[in-house]
Amino acid sequence: MKIAITSTGNTLESTIDPRFGRCAYFVVFDTESKSTEFIPNPNKEAEEGAGPAAVQLVASRNANKIVSGEFGMKIKSLLDSLKIQMIVIKDPEKKISEIIAMLNH
Amino acid sequence: MSPRITRLRKVLNPPVIAGFKPYGPDAAKQNSEPIFLLYEEYEALRLCDYDMYNHHQASGIMGVSRPTFTRIYSVTRQKIAKAFVEGRQISIEGGKVYFDSDWYRCKNCDCFFNNTEREKEISACPLCNSPQVIGFDYDNTISEFEPALNDDICLCPHCGFEHSHEKGKPCVQHVCPKCNTLMKRKGIHKCTTTKVY
Repeated sequence: MKIAITSTGNTLESTIDPRFGRCAYFVVFDTESKSTEFIPNPNKEAEEGAGPAAVQLVASRNANKIVSGEFGMKIKSLLDSLKIQMIVIKDPEKKISEIIAMLNH
Repeated sequence: MSPRITRLRKVLNPPVIAGFKPYGPDAAKQNSEPIFLLYEEYEALRLCDYDMYNHHQASGIMGVSRPTFTRIYSVTRQKIAKAFVEGRQISIEGGKVYFDSDWYRCKNCDCFFNNTEREKEISACPLCNSPQVIGFDYDNTISEFEPALNDDICLCPHCGFEHSHEKGKPCVQHVCPKCNTLMKRKGIHKCTTTKVY
């Protein structure tokens, strides 16, 4: 299963990005092969429509879960119809490596 | 310019039934076109007339503005009245809503998550796999929205007995447990429903 995490940087030591649509990087973590892939967000500076574009990017990588700090109102219904689970972490200090460690249980 | 997007309306739970059917000897002869009551309209009616919140409180719970809530509520009443008078079916469906009951919280890692497959029960946190998963804390969201609500106190004008005011229950209907006189809201002379927060 693939899980997308929003990140502020492109290393495992970066913290989670509290925004979904305008985060700096997406980390796609594969629970089977334990591999991570960093994707720079092309819509970081977008005026509008960053959220739906980000959903498209994440959905094209076949992720079924997204970990972020907050999801906008355009996103929630969209992710619902795509059956992608949203996980909200309110702690902005959480590191990507910590989240991946949690996902590995 | 395109119109502003409709805000998602928060609905606590989907209704337990899908609608209502009229009955009686002439029920079949009436107009068979059903009235479509939206989920948000059902929720507005539930909050206002079942849970006895005022429009201001209810709008906060649903995550819309007070005027929007009032508009939803008035449409609800019109639709229900129409269904009653014309003997039509009521079908509860649709609307731009979001169900609160779809959201869960993990006590272990303190994250929130939703359930994409409504049929399946959530048993473990998707993040840390801990079984300490609880349903979305509905009461906390209300207190975050309006912490000042609980400041109200009911007062007995006769003996001075006080207890904290319960939402939706007028103080003037309470009887003082000590001297059996009717109570009043502290600070104001009569219990008003239109209070400016």
